[in-house]
This record gives sequence, C-alpha cells and structure tokens, in this order.
Amino acid sequence: MSDFKLSNPRLSRRQALAGLGVAGAGFIASPSIILAQTPDAIRFGHLTPRTGFLGPLGEFAVQAVDLAVEEINAAGGIMGRKLEVLKEDSVNPQTASTKAERMVERDKVTCLLGEISSASCLTIAQVAQRTKTLFVNTGGNSDALRGESCNKYMFHIESQNSMYVKTCGRSLMSQGLVKGKKWFSLTADYAFGHDLLRVAKRFMESNGGQFAADKLIPTDATDFSAVLLEIRAAKPDLVISNLAGNQITNFLKQYAEFGLTFPVAGFGFDTALAWAAGKGNFGGVWPVVWHHLIDTPGTKKFVADFSKKYGKPPENQAWGDYNIVKIMAQSMNELKSTDTAKIMEHWEKGAKFDVLKTRPGFFRASDHQFMHEMYTITALPQAEVKNQYDIFTSSGPVPGPGEDLEVIATTKEENVCKMA
Amino acid sequence: MSTLFIQQVLNGLLDGVYYLLIALGLSLIFSLGGIVNLAHGAFYAVGAYLTVTLGPHIGFGGALVVSPLSVALLGIAFERGLFQRFYRSDPILSLLLTFGLAMVAEQTLRMIYGAPPRSFSIPDALRGQIFLGDFIYSKYRALLLLIAASCVGGLWFLLQKTAFGRVVRAGVQNPDMVGALGISLKPYMMAVAGIGIGLAGLAGVLLAPIYSIHPAMGQEIITPAFVVVVIGGLGSFWGVVVAALLVGVVKGITIGLGFTQWSTAVIYLMMLLVLLFRPRGLFGERIQRFE
Repeated sequence: MSDFKLSNPRLSRRQALAGLGVAGAGFIASPSIILAQTPDAIRFGHLTPRTGFLGPLGEFAVQAVDLAVEEINAAGGIMGRKLEVLKEDSVNPQTASTKAERMVERDKVTCLLGEISSASCLTIAQVAQRTKTLFVNTGGNSDALRGESCNKYMFHIESQNSMYVKTCGRSLMSQGLVKGKKWFSLTADYAFGHDLLRVAKRFMESNGGQFAADKLIPTDATDFSAVLLEIRAAKPDLVISNLAGNQITNFLKQYAEFGLTFPVAGFGFDTALAWAAGKGNFGGVWPVVWHHLIDTPGTKKFVADFSKKYGKPPENQAWGDYNIVKIMAQSMNELKSTDTAKIMEHWEKGAKFDVLKTRPGFFRASDHQFMHEMYTITALPQAEVKNQYDIFTSSGPVPGPGEDLEVIATTKEENVCKMA
Repeated sequence: MSTLFIQQVLNGLLDGVYYLLIALGLSLIFSLGGIVNLAHGAFYAVGAYLTVTLGPHIGFGGALVVSPLSVALLGIAFERGLFQRFYRSDPILSLLLTFGLAMVAEQTLRMIYGAPPRSFSIPDALRGQIFLGDFIYSKYRALLLLIAASCVGGLWFLLQKTAFGRVVRAGVQNPDMVGALGISLKPYMMAVAGIGIGLAGLAGVLLAPIYSIHPAMGQEIITPAFVVVVIGGLGSFWGVVVAALLVGVVKGITIGLGFTQWSTAVIYLMMLLVLLFRPRGLFGERIQRFE
C-alpha cells in the first residue's frame, strides 16, 4: 500500500496521546494501589469479581463495604482505631489466590472477606488455611465449600445451595409443582451450576418429581431460542433455572419474547439480574438471601442509606458484604482483639448477630455456615409494577417464626464436613 | 427426523444471521486495511448502550436510526485518528491498539453506566409470536432478520454493483494499482470503516431488547464473529455469509441432537478443522499482500 498517502503523524501529538493512554490505563487499572494506608488502622482485605460475568454483582458488594466502613468509622472505628478495607478485583481463582496472599503477607490484613465465585472461594480458602487467616465467603453458594472442601478458617455468610433449593422448594411444594410433576431444568455448565443441579435433583427426587429434561448451558451462551423450542416441545410442568449471572437475564428476556407460559422457578438468583430483564420480562418464583423490600427497621435504614449514597437500592449481594464487615467489627470490639483464634471461638460458640432480618443469625460450628432467614420472591404481574426496582412480592421469612433456622440447611448426612 | 430437529436447524440458520452483522464489518476492515479490529465488539456494545440512553426519548424506532449512525461516525473518527496510522505497520501493532481500545471502551462503559446490566425491552408493538405449523418464532426476531438481511443485501449490492464497490474490491486485491490509477483509497477506507462499524452498532441496537446489556457484552460477540470470519475466509463476502449460516446450522444440529452443552464448543471445533484443511477459509481468496 505504498501509494497510500498517509499523513505523517507529528511526534509531539503521538507522545501526548501515548502519555494520555498510559495515564488513563493507570487510572483505570489500579485504584487500590493509590490508596494511602494509615499506619495505625485495622485493615480488612476484600476480594470479589468486578469484571467478567459476575462483575455486575461485585459492584454492589464493593459499594456495600464502603458504606459499612463509613458507618463503623463514624461510630468510633474498631477499638478506637480506624478501619480500612483494601478492595481488589479477584478476576479468577488464580488471581484471587495471588491477591489474597499479597493482602495477608504484605498488607497485613486481619481477615479476608468477599467473593461470589465458588471456584475463587476455594483458592482463597487455601491461602487462609496456610496463613491461618480468617476468610468469610459472602457470595459463593456451592455446597461443596461447606462439605468436602470445608476448612477451619473459612466461614460463610452467604447461604449454601441447599438453603436456596429448600427455600424455593417449599414454595413450589405448596403450589403443587413437585410431586408427580415434570421439571425442565437449565443449568450453568460450571462448578456452581453442577453443584446446584446435584442439590436440586436430590430435592426433586426425594419429593416425587422427575425431569422432563435436564440441559447444561455453556456460560458464554447468549441465545436461548434453541432451548426455548425444546421447552415448548417437552411441555414440562415447571421450568427450573440453575443458571448464573447474565445467563439469567438473557433467559428471562427471551422466555418472555417467545411467549412461553409454563411456570418458571429458579434455585440461584440475584435481584440485579431481574432488574436488568426489564419491563414485562421478569417472571417466576426465586429464592433470595435478602431483598430491599423486607419490612424490618434494619433493612429500611440500610436501603435508605445505600439509596442515598448510590442512587439505587442495594441488591442481595450487598447484604452479605455489608453485614460481614459489621459483624467482624462488632466481634473485634466486643472481644477487644483482632486475634483470629478468638474470633473463631466466639463465632463457633454461637454468637448471635443482627443481620437486618426479624431473627438474628449465627454461624453453626459444624460447617461454619451462617444460619439465618431466607425469602422467596414472586414476580409481580406487569400491570402492578410501579417502578423499575419493586418488581416482586416476597414470602415471609423461611423458616417461619416457630421453626429452627437449620431446617433449610444441609444435614450432616447430606454434606459431610471434616474440618482440617 | 423429528420436527423438533428440523426446527432446531431452521432456528440455527436464523441465528447465524445475527453473527453476520458483526462478521461482515470485521472482514471488510481487515481485507482493506489489514487491521484486525478487536474493538469491533466494543462498538456493538456502544450501539446497545446508546439505545438504552436514547430509547426513552426518541423511541426504539428513533434509536434504530440514530444509534448506528452515531456509532458509524465514531468509527470514522477512530479510523481517521488511529487506525489509518497502522495500515502499513506490523499487524501486531494494530492488534495491540484495538485490544487496548476494547478494554478502555469496556471500562468506560462501566464507569458511565455502572457494572450491573441495564434493562431494555422489546417495544410492546413488536411483541408476540409467529407460528408456522409447529415452529414458533418471535415477531421481533422476524423483524430483526428482515433488517439484517436487507443490510447484507444492500452491502452486497454496494460492493458488487457500484463504482464504489469496484474501487474497494480493487483496493483489497491491489492497493498499489489503485493508486497508480490516481485513486486515493483514503475516503474509501473511511467509508468502509464507517459502514463496518455502523453495522456493529446496528447489531447492538437490534440485540439490546433480547440480550443482556452489560459492559462486557462486546467480548461475548466478538469471538464467535471472528470464528465466522476465519471459517468463511478473508476477502470473500459470500464466504462470511455462508460461514455465519453454517455456524448457526451446526449449532442447531448439535442442540437438536441433544448436546446443548457442546453448542459453543462445536463452532471452535469447526474453526480448527477449517484451519487444518483450508487455512485460507472455505472461500478465502488469495490476497497477495497477506501471503
């Protein structure tokens, strides 16, 4: 292309552009490196995916942490010292592990918090165990993390898959959608989905349901039209979603587009994905760990503060990250210590914590799973939707007022945990 | 053969058309400028986000016109400001440039619109389904298909039947000769970048009501689009068209046979086979300067 008369770029302009580019890249890539560290502060490490298909949820987690830190410092910090949280994008299991290690070794954080991906939880837990640092999982659902991969230094404020399945399952049973019914299930084809499918299948079979079909969906699939044709041909009694992340939004949008009318329910869910589905597209029955319409003083205050700061209500991922920062600060203040062993002992003895619901929750000693109330939400008919956020109605707390909190969790037989 | 299987093949065929809007632009820009535009998906994302922003003010119909045009102008600006500096340099440089651009674009969308996906629905007037015997298709997708097919047809006409197209095709084969005839390729490059990138913007608008709109959506679409270009062969208009439909059909067959979990992997397998046995793609032309 020698005749192509290309203008000779002036060196100065190119340099200026290059300079801008480097500065821009630096600004975007490294917010945590710029963070000044106060020498006397108590530091927590927070890791969660902020890019990739779980990134949308990670943003709520980070915003919730910032809000909690602000409130704690306004109330005097921890033992009179300022609280600082180092926050990083965990990206993938390998990076998560490297960053966790750096936070512990170099930044001397007193504990590690966060995550959404079950796979990253596992690698961070290994760092936690090796360095004897406390790690609290705020978003990884896999039962295996509380079972075969359970770990003395890992606690879970996020509910396990079984709690989600049994919570939503109760609602399905009461609607007569389990016994003798045919389910068409769609499952995200990776660790979380497989774990959820296993738990869902156990629930369905033990309650007399059966699969019309059971399809694994690649995580990068965006088009569901082919699967929708299959669902239509199979005529199931219920369509079950074990999908994850953006898959859920895509599925909801296209299910409405194809006008299918089989009831829909899911065992894994995030409110932000329903908000993203848009007007007239959200349908079905879904379990959540928490949502912004719960009628308790704690939730009302949290939702008001969060909405004021960020201009939108928090979604369920914000709940875990907000509460664990609060629980950790409260525990350290009560114990007057940041010592990992003391905090673990305190929690294992069944210390109770308010988590914005009607009943306080606690970590059960056997697998470190937080025991607390959950909810099922049901999509409102389009005509009753008043704004983009309040698009569902909620069940009361599950388990109900008179019931043991453990009834929705795994039994010791269902999920064997041998703490190392 | 069951009717469901036939439905899946048909559905796959229609699916393939969505890839076309992205893949044709990619192929055009590469053929003429030698630039592998990894930022092509980012322009698709910008098209979708513009629709979310403009939709409530000018309606979906308005966005359908304004968004692709804005994206096309943006494309021309990038072609003039950045791409044109790399037409004669080592391809690795433009690869780095567009890779970087894609990342900057994604993060910029995240900073402006936030990481959570944005909602956008099919306009009420376009909701509903079409039934052809047992086959069901949504009205909206039928419209999408119609628009996409007209664009492909229009582009074919432009490239094959007009003076503009003759210069572009000559430029792909032998830019030096075009120059010797006293024709500057500069305005043609601008136009091709504008058309190619505008088509990506159009795909963004058309898919916004049915796909999830999130900052990384460009990444999702760029990889299958590249696969289509590689399978079809560079420089061949019909190669890309056939490859897009083929990818759709093979996906449909895979799902029809019950292997849903393989529906993504299978297109990469196809690419592997094509690269092994026909490295230039199914219909790839021999382009002297790329050999």
